[in-house]
Amino acid sequence: MVSSVTNLGRSGVFDWLIQRVTAYVLALYTLFLLGFMVFSDVNYETWTALFSQTWFRIFTLLALLSIGAHAWVGLWTVTTDYIKAMAPRFLVQALCGLTMFVYVIWGIQILWGL
Amino acid sequence: MNSKRPVNLDLGKFHFPLPAITSILHRISGIIIFVGVAFLLYGLDLSLSGEDGYARVSELLDSFLAKLIIWGILSALLYHLVAGIKHLLMDMGIAEELESGLLASKITVVVSIVLIILAGVWVW
Repeated sequence: MVSSVTNLGRSGVFDWLIQRVTAYVLALYTLFLLGFMVFSDVNYETWTALFSQTWFRIFTLLALLSIGAHAWVGLWTVTTDYIKAMAPRFLVQALCGLTMFVYVIWGIQILWGL
Repeated sequence: MNSKRPVNLDLGKFHFPLPAITSILHRISGIIIFVGVAFLLYGLDLSLSGEDGYARVSELLDSFLAKLIIWGILSALLYHLVAGIKHLLMDMGIAEELESGLLASKITVVVSIVLIILAGVWVW
């Protein structure tokens, strides 16, 4: 039995809920963005117009935060299943966490062009 | 525990039922997407940096390698999405029995393959 001190929600039920809520957000975002790219004539003007809308920036940031939480729960499950030794497991989990943090900050910088 | 019990951990001898295979693919595709986000954010950053950047992304996407990477990420994303929807349906109590679960796994595989082929056609 692996210590659950590293899981996101402190309890399996809360992790399950986080995974579901973020899954719905990510599914909607994916379907919307793929739909936009497949069914409309994408060029520089329409592309920047979409990403200059406040609601879409918020939607994109929400999706990025959801990726962070969703990937943490998912990768936590995978790493606790396959990496039994504590030190390498913590190291891999820390790398995943750092990557998620970078993704979110990078995304904010892209969206609001700081 | 009784240490004399026979142990067979030769993975090559295990028979994996289809739902086990769709489950491990869900995990693998999730890891691919997690890594792929870096490529997608790089492309988004460049495409929104100005008209030159947007043109550069279009130019990059003309290369075979970039198309292959995008198709790979899209394939993982589409599979993860389809298998994820199966999970959400199972939360609602749908396809939780042995037979319906197997059928749902088969549908997941078929729908994913169709979507992945369509994505390949779209990318090229």
